[in-house]
Amino acid sequence: MTGQGHNISLSERARRIRCHALRMGEVQGQGYIAQALDIADVLAAAYFHAMRYKPEDPEWDGRDRFLLSNGHYAIALYAALIEAGIVPESELDTYGFDDSRLPMSGMASYTPGMEMSGGSLGLGLSIAVGKCLGLKRRGSDSRVYTLFSDGELDEGSKWEAMMSAAHFRLDNLIAIVDVNNQQADGPSKQMMGFEPLADKVRAFGWFVQRVDGNDLEAVVGAFDAAKTHQEPQPRMIIADTLMGKGVPFLEAREPNHFMRVDANEWKLALKALGEGRSA
Amino acid sequence: MKPETTNATTAPSKPRLTTSAMIASIAAEGQATKPAPFGHALIEVARRRPEIVGMTADLGKYTDLHVFANEFPDRHYQMGMAEQLLFGSASGLASEGFIPFVTTYAVFASRRAYDFIHQTIAGENRNVKIACALPGLTSGYGPSHQATEDLALLRAMPNMTVIDPCDALEIEQVVPAIAEHKGPVYMRLLRGQVPLVLDEYGYEFELGKATQLRDGEDILIISSGLLTMRALEAAKLLAADRIKAAVLHVPTIKPLDVETIVAACRKPGRAVVVAENHSVIGGLGEAIATLLMRARVYPVFHHIGLPDEFLAAGALPTLHDRYGISASAISNSIKSWL
Repeated sequence: MTGQGHNISLSERARRIRCHALRMGEVQGQGYIAQALDIADVLAAAYFHAMRYKPEDPEWDGRDRFLLSNGHYAIALYAALIEAGIVPESELDTYGFDDSRLPMSGMASYTPGMEMSGGSLGLGLSIAVGKCLGLKRRGSDSRVYTLFSDGELDEGSKWEAMMSAAHFRLDNLIAIVDVNNQQADGPSKQMMGFEPLADKVRAFGWFVQRVDGNDLEAVVGAFDAAKTHQEPQPRMIIADTLMGKGVPFLEAREPNHFMRVDANEWKLALKALGEGRSA
Repeated sequence: MKPETTNATTAPSKPRLTTSAMIASIAAEGQATKPAPFGHALIEVARRRPEIVGMTADLGKYTDLHVFANEFPDRHYQMGMAEQLLFGSASGLASEGFIPFVTTYAVFASRRAYDFIHQTIAGENRNVKIACALPGLTSGYGPSHQATEDLALLRAMPNMTVIDPCDALEIEQVVPAIAEHKGPVYMRLLRGQVPLVLDEYGYEFELGKATQLRDGEDILIISSGLLTMRALEAAKLLAADRIKAAVLHVPTIKPLDVETIVAACRKPGRAVVVAENHSVIGGLGEAIATLLMRARVYPVFHHIGLPDEFLAAGALPTLHDRYGISASAISNSIKSWL
């Protein structure tokens, strides 16, 4: 049971997620937009292909849980939640403003469909382990999806959680790592080398797939394989992504964790995605 | 690193003081004790509350959770020596409707895993009960295991209820009380053979309530946890010198029982001494001083607590004397102030 509008293609979903994110960025004049654009395809596949939820009842007990560990990607998740009908599109204009349900960093108590409070990086996978243990204890067949960034691999807690997920044979866990190779101080692989990531995580006992995170077909295939994999082990999808994906002039911009976008460029970016023709 | 039993066995004829062991008994020789009151109480509550699960980070044996684990092996999660994982996953289990009772040493919860408790448990108001052994100065092993700042740290955390029980009887009553309470709790834990003291006073724990255990007109000692045990002993020593000391036990450090504390401190002609098994910074003493200022109550005020230092390793009795929190040290301090 996925969101509304079953006849809309995944690529159109991804395009709209990018547009929602850009509109929020425009409203606020800033945002982690390059990340939102890079992860839009993964979120489209998660929310419109892989996950089970009821848009009208975000706390439905039978839902799959989505834990956004990298809370600064909130702008991307809000865009997906809007596209999924969990958050009304009308709230998009409140992004980042006082009293909004859409603060710049994702927090559980603010937003329907936001399952954890991020911001402090490295928390999500540990919470996911506890949720998976709890769901199993309750006999639930819901899955836990968690998204985190390559920079979070620097945090020891991620490796504690990876060890334990395999130890507890958490086959209801699907972790997604966004490898966009950009963290606060520079390229992630230069800040602290984490490759060969797939080999490392496999050695920890996980079922690991590495895909081009901006190739929708590949991402969908990875989610399918993660869900149908038979071994009692946690699943990881390593998604290599391109910051700014879908907006050529942002793709070409020198990578930066908090990418600068000039006031006039939001509309240009929307235009590049086929929106904002009236601007 | 695991606790060691100490005492060289080579010289049986020459008894040596136990020195700088990680785990040391706080019971005096001949004192009545109960074994593992936390673990046994948890078993009792868990029989009625199937949502209760136990979790630890390689310290089940040393936090009395092993008793629960033996009784309910399928309700116990061994998370390995990984405190960030321990508290993050406890939040996850709580978010799915369970009530995790999570144990480790107070130093590791309060220092190593602080952000995980802050963000994933307190920040999301998860129903997690954190029970931590070796609170304050109850290990002779050195600062690595002496949680002299845990109350300051946990008290400052929004949503967190903080409890410092005194003895076996109180621990048995705190466990069901915090299971009933909705929201995160940090509980200091005395483990092993835990002294039984409060039965003598017909005591009953109530969350958020301070209780006067004895009355006296010369001085009011306000204390929590282990230091209530010591304050009661000190009051007896003082009585021998015809000094009448009242003892107000404040097991719930947060939220404080403002009304009872202020009323007790209003009593004229009686100095107030706050005695705590914690650094003099940020614990019960400062909390009470602040609330008295706010209430415009200004008794003569003294504070017994651990110095703002990294404490020494050594035998607990030696250290308690040195840092002024043994019964005799407390009674001597009070005499010097009167």
